[in-house]
Amino acid sequence: MSLGIVMLVHDALDRARQLVRHWATNGCPVVIHVDDNVTPDDFAGFVASLSDLDNVRFCDRQRCEWGTWSLVAASQTASEQMLKAFPYVRHVMLASGSCLPLRPIPEMLAYLNRHAQTDFIESATTEDVPWTIGGLDIERFTLRFPFSWKRHRRLFDRYVKLQRWMGTKRKIPEGLVPHLGSQWWCLSRNTLSAILNDANRSTYDAYFRRVWIPDESYYQTLARRHSSQIESRSLTLSKFDFQGKPHVFYDDHLQLLRRSDCFVARKAWPYADKLYDSFLSNQGGATAASATLIDPSPGKIDRIFTKAIKRRTKGRPGLYMSSRFPREGHEKDVTAARYTVLEGFADIFEDFDEWLADTVSARVHGHLFAPGGAQFAGGGDVFFGALSDAAMLRDYNAKAFLTNLVWNTRGERQCFHFGPRDNQEVSWVMAKDPNARVYVVSGAWAVKLFHSNRAPADLRRQAARLQQIENAHLNALRSSYARARTHIWSLADFVLNPADLLQTVVDDTGPRTGVPLTNLPKMRPLDGFPEFLQNLRNQGMHPYLMGDFPSDLDLVATAQTRQHPNMVR
Amino acid sequence: MGVWTSYRLRLKRQQCHLRALRKRRQLAAVTDRTEAIRADDILAFSTIRNEHIRLPYFLDYYRTLGVNHFLIVDNGSDDGGREYLAEQPDVSLWTTTASYKSANFGVHWIGWLQRKYADGHWALTVDPDELLVYPFHDTRPLRALTDWLDTCQIRSFGTLLLDMYPKGVLDAQPYAAGQDPFEIANWFDSGNYSITKNPKYGNLWIQGGPRARVFFHDKPIKAPALNKIPLVKWSKRYAYVSSTHALLPRGLNLVYDQWGGEKASGCLLHAKFLDTFSAKSAEELERGQHYANSYEYRAYHRGTKEDTDLWCDWSEKYLNWRQLEALGLMSKGNWA
Repeated sequence: MSLGIVMLVHDALDRARQLVRHWATNGCPVVIHVDDNVTPDDFAGFVASLSDLDNVRFCDRQRCEWGTWSLVAASQTASEQMLKAFPYVRHVMLASGSCLPLRPIPEMLAYLNRHAQTDFIESATTEDVPWTIGGLDIERFTLRFPFSWKRHRRLFDRYVKLQRWMGTKRKIPEGLVPHLGSQWWCLSRNTLSAILNDANRSTYDAYFRRVWIPDESYYQTLARRHSSQIESRSLTLSKFDFQGKPHVFYDDHLQLLRRSDCFVARKAWPYADKLYDSFLSNQGGATAASATLIDPSPGKIDRIFTKAIKRRTKGRPGLYMSSRFPREGHEKDVTAARYTVLEGFADIFEDFDEWLADTVSARVHGHLFAPGGAQFAGGGDVFFGALSDAAMLRDYNAKAFLTNLVWNTRGERQCFHFGPRDNQEVSWVMAKDPNARVYVVSGAWAVKLFHSNRAPADLRRQAARLQQIENAHLNALRSSYARARTHIWSLADFVLNPADLLQTVVDDTGPRTGVPLTNLPKMRPLDGFPEFLQNLRNQGMHPYLMGDFPSDLDLVATAQTRQHPNMVR
Repeated sequence: MGVWTSYRLRLKRQQCHLRALRKRRQLAAVTDRTEAIRADDILAFSTIRNEHIRLPYFLDYYRTLGVNHFLIVDNGSDDGGREYLAEQPDVSLWTTTASYKSANFGVHWIGWLQRKYADGHWALTVDPDELLVYPFHDTRPLRALTDWLDTCQIRSFGTLLLDMYPKGVLDAQPYAAGQDPFEIANWFDSGNYSITKNPKYGNLWIQGGPRARVFFHDKPIKAPALNKIPLVKWSKRYAYVSSTHALLPRGLNLVYDQWGGEKASGCLLHAKFLDTFSAKSAEELERGQHYANSYEYRAYHRGTKEDTDLWCDWSEKYLNWRQLEALGLMSKGNWA
């Protein structure tokens, strides 16, 4: 009872030679198909170097191209020769010149002995597989593919389009149910000879000749017809990336491959000396009987490669770097993590930042986009990631400043003030960012003007400008493009019930304790504020963002609220 | 891309080639060992001037990574660097005393050599103070990377030029020939880079790092570009347009993903800020041969005169490439 290896070789002949020798000296006969692209000299040298092995054969050569029938034809020729020349072979495995055996061959033989009638071939119907390059699944079987995908991509695509438009449909030969799977199989002698000696083989071959990537469907489909026991998985560990290219194994995968308990891995980098040396070193020795019972468990390797594909296709949200610079709208998330933007609170309350820093577990910055420079928490001139507070540097690319800040501090909630006096470059950036939590008390900037004690005539122009800026900002937040979560209160509404609204902010940002707020920050006095607004009106301005302040605003109510916060939630 | 843009860029590319062709006469071969170059060799290209002290480590570093042959233009060194290079068995050396500036900061000289020798090779174009770090560089040689890029049909590999600096004033720790410069300059800025896309060539324009933070905080637009594409599967149709920041045809500049994913990329660790820097900036300032009227060097010189310390509380200490990957300065992409 033995295992025969059908090996397709097209380059890295040195490594192929090493592998053939390994299989052959461990009692596995090998039939080799060498691609016709290999020069006669190289081929002759290759044959000569293996001439001392009596269980190695070379079959007729042909030119092979990825995704075409030639690969199936080559494996057929080699398989026929294998079955004929080595009658004692019970299982035949298809391998390439870079398929590296990972477990001792005696172990593998013992494993196959225990599964004498089983065919190890990954085989699933087209509806069930996600791996479809170019969006072709069942169409692989119903369209014609006379043009090479690699060399004449445009023609290939156009011809597919044309056939779709014309509604071309090839007839699938009777008795066949298209199945797909990894091209690396290990079939029992019975099944393989049944496939090769099928009465309808010429019909099937003619049909598959025009199927796309037949090496992933020919045996997979026909095995379903002839096999009595299919185990739908490949004994060859073979991972593909999102473009359908096989992942390559390097020296640093050694431990990973060892622990995977897989039998064969494809494909190993030809210069990965450590891999070849350690897996091909004579593994002959006594094999523990228990070892043969272990099934392959490629889970960890799968995870690594799945992660790699995810990184390539999805990337890390909120990161902008030399190899990730998404177009606007394709960022997924503009920034890396949630952050809180507070607008107006610092104008209404005294020492608001100290209070907030004590109340929430977040980094509380001042106005990050203030004209004089970024007011980082703690007052330093540099912050996480060596981000500078210099205004010119920040304003040179304000969006980058924001995305950098959030990226650099991921894992810690950031909280900062924003207002109409700040650089408005980031207004739309924040509005479109699903990570932004924006709390606005509109018109609160007027409180600061009110306390500046300057004559309303002087303030009129400034108030009008700030109102215009804030209004534009609010329009951004309210626009249909906005994805930030926004709460906007007018100043008039806010001062009537600050406790509840502050509680909302704190709850969302992350309170230090679970208890409701008991002490609130001290509100700046607003006595005379309605008159101040009226004065602005008298100057010809129209302050509207503050909401409707009744002229007899009862400020005592807010004072009471402060002492006896309304805790009904 | 419209027909007109396409045409203009083609003209630009031809202009680069023509200028390279003209500037070739300025180059005199010192040692020409290019016959030893085999078909699949990885080649490194560099321009040097008075950088003898850096050369031993530079050559060593890239030899270990797997560069097979170095093609170097010496721009009038008088510190023994030329003689040193001439003795190296895997270096082909040309020399010139012509103006670095009028050769588009060396691009034309290198351009000529690449056109002549690099066709069909992977070509690495780096300054002697730039050391390439790519994913898995500690376990996989450069050829593993280029083989993988070949398999994926990727022609160019992008990097961020990462300025490295010591803690404390620059000349506190003297650098010795052959020493790993990052034993001294082992700090960097991890998260203050500003990126925009250059609409003309489609490359990214990255600025930031310690130089922007310390020297250019009031003139950020003048801060040096940190985007570099040093590794290219060369064809004689290609040309670097300005340093290694941008190439033509434009497709080569698409080393970044635009739909949210990450392509594989690396970092060029920049060992500029050593004790040698002060003297170098004084010399270069006098020669006025650098970009934007040596604005960079003037700014540095103002800085270093006051014993500028680039280090700050939030500087990051360099450990390895995995750290750079985690910080988002480079990416494994789908290479695993």
